Formats: sequence, structure tokens, C-alpha cells
Amino acid sequence: MPSSARTATLRDAVGLGVAVGLYGVAFGAAAAGAGLDTWQAVATSALMFTGASQFAMIGVLGAGGGAFSAVGSALLLGTRNTVYGVRLAPMLAPRGWLRRAGAAHWVIDETTAMAVAAPDRELGRLAFWVTGATIYLGWNVTTLIGSLGAAALGETAQAALDAVVPAAFLALLWPRLQRSAREPGVQRRVALGGAVIALALTPFVPAGVQVVLAVVAVALAGRPRRTATA
Amino acid sequence: MLWAVVLAGSLGCYLLKLAGLSVPAAWVERPWVTRVVEFVPAALLAALVAVQAATSGPDLVVDGRLVGLAVAAVALALRAPFIVVLVLAGAAGALVHVLTG
Repeated sequence: MPSSARTATLRDAVGLGVAVGLYGVAFGAAAAGAGLDTWQAVATSALMFTGASQFAMIGVLGAGGGAFSAVGSALLLGTRNTVYGVRLAPMLAPRGWLRRAGAAHWVIDETTAMAVAAPDRELGRLAFWVTGATIYLGWNVTTLIGSLGAAALGETAQAALDAVVPAAFLALLWPRLQRSAREPGVQRRVALGGAVIALALTPFVPAGVQVVLAVVAVALAGRPRRTATA
Repeated sequence: MLWAVVLAGSLGCYLLKLAGLSVPAAWVERPWVTRVVEFVPAALLAALVAVQAATSGPDLVVDGRLVGLAVAAVALALRAPFIVVLVLAGAAGALVHVLTG
């Protein structure tokens, strides 16, 4: 393997890890706003370790939602990691249950994207482990910083934080709606449907339930196309 | 209650990850399954955007959060980095709070 390819993979993996790790500040602050203490916020980042699910859980809790809605929305967003795992399994080929159990914890959007984009299997494995390690470290440290920082906020800063949380969800959603995404038109239709369903249900269901029920908007995606199953 | 949510959610999310590495690919790689999984994030994230920006308990409300969201959308359209998007949205929300306070 040429060492330049190895260096490039390492550089990209660490770069992405640092960039994504910064999101942890937003998560830590938002978790504090939703009522999680610092231990709970850090435990979520260390144990759940999948950004969208974590944000969804504290989003539902912050809106006054119950335990089932909070866990349910986190699990619904966690299902895509199962599909990632299926794609990564042949590449990682983790030997023994211990390695498989360890690798599984780091199967997320970013590690999958980096591993799949690598030019060969060995570099793919390297990208997976380096990206995973960098993000795991950065995500947990910045969650701690965000959680501690939020505790020191005054009323105006709290209003700022309230506006940051929906913006963070929009930033997570945004790339899925762009032209570079697969079937962006369908993604936009489903997203609009999800938002409308959630708002329409808000006055009638317990807090948080509307988020879980909005998942029915995937019906707007329609039938699978025969060519869409790569 | 919060600890139970954190731990149950974490365990469930971990098992979903582990399942991907453990079950036969044919179980998961069905057209219907992959299609639903591909579009679940769009539905849920959009629902969370709407609920976080425009509701308070059972009520639909318009306040600084919606202004912050609009600012964030403009920043994202201009390809601003994540952290810049959040700072601008927060600043907009704080400004509305001060002006209407």
C-alpha cells in the first residue's frame, strides 16, 4: 500500500473526526437545557454515541415528552446504523465477539462514509477505526464542555440556546435535502410531510409523541425502485 | 426517569448497531427495509425541527426560535460551517428575546 494513500486517509479521518467532535458542544448544551445533568449528558454521548438519536432523545425530553417517545425517537433514528453495519461487515470482518462488540459501537454515519469511500479494504478499515476513535474522543470531551458551559448561562443566553436546538436539527437534516443526496426530491417530500404531521398533531397528543408518529411520512417515499437497491 | 431513558435508549441503539454486524445481510438488504430506513431520518429530523422551533407544550407559537431557524436556513444555504450556523441562530434568538423581552 502506498504510504501517501495511508497518510491521506489518516488526515481525512482525523479532520472529519475533529469537525464532527465540535458538534458535541451543541449536544452538551442542549442536553443541559433539556434537564440532563452533566453525568447524564456524558453518559449519553459515551454509551449511545450516535448524534441524531441523541439529539432526538433530548429534543423530545426538552419538549416535555415521556420516556417512551424519547427512547422511541432515538431508536427510529438508530435503525440506519443497522444498515450501515450490514454494509461494513464484509470490510471489517471482526473476528471474535469482543472485536465485533467493540466495532459495533462505532458504526455511525461518519465512520461508514469514511470507510466506504476509502480506495481499498485495508484503508477502509483504517479509516473506520481512526475516524471512530477521533470522533469518540472529541464528541465526549465537547459534550462535557457544552454541558458545563450551559449551566453558567443567563436568561438571554438561554433564549439563544433555545434557538440553537432547532437550528442544529436543521443542520443535521440539510445535507439529506441537497441535490447531491440520493433522491433529494423524495427526501424533501418526506421531510415536509414529517414536519406538517408533527405540527398538526402537537395540540392533540402528549409531548414527544408527534415526533414518533411523524415517521409515517416515510410512506410518502412510495415503493422501492428496482434499481434503488444497491 | 432520566437515567432509565438514557440507559434504555443507549442499549437499544447499541443493539441496532450490533445487529447490523451480526445478522445475515439478506435479512436487512430488502428493498422495502432499505427504503424505509433511508427516509426515516428526513421525516423525524424535520418533525424535530418543527416541534423545537414552533411549539411550546400543546401550543403552536412564534418566537425568537423561528427567527433563529430562518437565519440558520440562510446560513446553511450559503454553505456556512455548522458552528457558524448555530452561533448565528443563537444570536438571532437572543436578539429577539432582548427586543421583545
